[in-house]
Amino acid sequence: MDIANVTRAAARGLRRAAPALVSVVLILLGWEVYVDLSGISATALPAPSRVAAQGWQARAVLAENALATLTATLSGFAVSLACAFVLSVAIDFVPLLRRALFPVFVISQTLPLVAIAPLVVLWFGFGLLPKILLVALVTFFPMLVALVDGFEATDRDITRLLRSMGAGRGQLFWRARLPSALPFFFAGLRISITYAVVAAIFAEYAGAARGLGIFILNAKNNFRPDLVLAAVFVSSALTLALFALAVMAQHFAQPWRRA
Amino acid sequence: MTLRLDDLRLTRGATHVLDGVTLEAREGEFISILGPSGAGKSTLFELLLGSLAAEGGQITHNGQPVQGRDLFAFMPQRDALMPWRRVIDNIALGLEVQGLPRRAARDRVRPLLPRFGLDGFERHWPHQLSGGMRQRAALARTLVQDRPLLLLDEPFGALDALTRTRMQRWLEARLQETRVTTLLVTHDVREAVALSDRIYLLSPRPARVVEVFDVPQPRPRMETGPGEEALALETRILRTLLEGERE
Ligand SMILES: Nc1ncnc2c1ncn2[C@@H]1O[C@H](COP(=O)(O)OP(=O)(O)O)[C@@H](O)[C@H]1O
Ligand SMILES: [Mg+2]
Repeated sequence: MDIANVTRAAARGLRRAAPALVSVVLILLGWEVYVDLSGISATALPAPSRVAAQGWQARAVLAENALATLTATLSGFAVSLACAFVLSVAIDFVPLLRRALFPVFVISQTLPLVAIAPLVVLWFGFGLLPKILLVALVTFFPMLVALVDGFEATDRDITRLLRSMGAGRGQLFWRARLPSALPFFFAGLRISITYAVVAAIFAEYAGAARGLGIFILNAKNNFRPDLVLAAVFVSSALTLALFALAVMAQHFAQPWRRA
Repeated sequence: MTLRLDDLRLTRGATHVLDGVTLEAREGEFISILGPSGAGKSTLFELLLGSLAAEGGQITHNGQPVQGRDLFAFMPQRDALMPWRRVIDNIALGLEVQGLPRRAARDRVRPLLPRFGLDGFERHWPHQLSGGMRQRAALARTLVQDRPLLLLDEPFGALDALTRTRMQRWLEARLQETRVTTLLVTHDVREAVALSDRIYLLSPRPARVVEVFDVPQPRPRMETGPGEEALALETRILRTLLEGERE
């Protein structure tokens, strides 16, 4: 890729993002004007300019806490992905497992995070472990379903063809079922990674030494909505960055979609 | 080498599909199995490949019951190219399944590409090919397996008329070179007449062989287009087909 190509790609990306950027700017502008004209107090609703200024001042603390949240998100998600993958493969080879385990996981998805998070913190302390568990609890099942459904979506003619060539169950999985699951896997990945951030912040909110969740809790208790909002913006940026990373991973893992 | 299907019977679910199908393919012959859609032609191939078991009758190869799959190279009804494999790797699939490393499999396939009109397309993805090219890639994947018997399930069914004729002509030329025993499933009478040594005409479901037609004409036939004899045979087969429907 030469410079001209990169510039063109960047320009195209910018043109596609332009409408969204315009609406974001308009919302922020309306918010700023409203705070200015209504004279509402900064402890109730701070203007975006104030949020930005205070956030910038607190940037060192924000960055440190964001890093803690990122660590919790990624470790939890990694554990969740590894478990989902191993179990999805097991289910693909032993269909009985699906009927044995899916009801349990469905129930796990009905547990309200608000109630579970404090309990998990109570049992496992303020360290990384309870965050990993909560992020995994939220993201494991969607990833498992994406993978299992993806394996199931394998084209029947491709299956027949491989069998006619003498492929056994292992080759069938490796050469057909796994690649067939990729689109499902990445669809699940894009959604789950955003849930993972929310779950990590929730876990920190329930009790932590560091992290955006506990930062938000402290800022709220100190009547600093400007810092709460600054942390919210940081967490949004974090989520968007992870989402973009997932999109890029798909781009590289499925080169045939690009051609 | 002789493959015999003897009085094959099968019910799928509540559907009586095969009602005693008997046919034979000898070394180097091109056999067509001609029948209306839904008659049970693809099902017949599933029996040969062992993915279904017949409820009656038997399949023998040189008098022995057929076992294992290394007798057949199969081309499914749709091309079944894997979107995630490049053209060359799709063609080499069977070799890889047999245990050849990817590099060696590619080296075996590469010299064949020009004859399949795929020269310069080896690095392409399947979705970048035209319908005819996809079909040629699927045929290449079938032939490169080097099995004694080809099973082709409506290989040109999805193509437009012009491309189909072109592909039939091309297939005839390929088979002239190799003389590999072939079973072709089709519902296209003209295709069967043009390519076959012998045609087994199936009834609508439940399928049985209604009539066997020998096609004694010299090859290559596709170069010159159908002669008078071929057209007469085509008319006879069509009439038999239509009468079968009226019953
Ligand atoms: N998986 C299946 N389960 C039950 N019945 C089937 C299945 N596949 C095909 N059939 C039945 O078998 C009949 C023959 O199908 P098939 O062999 O695909 O026909 P053809 O290839 O001649 O068009 C069909 O009419 C259909 O009703
Ligand atoms: Mg069929």
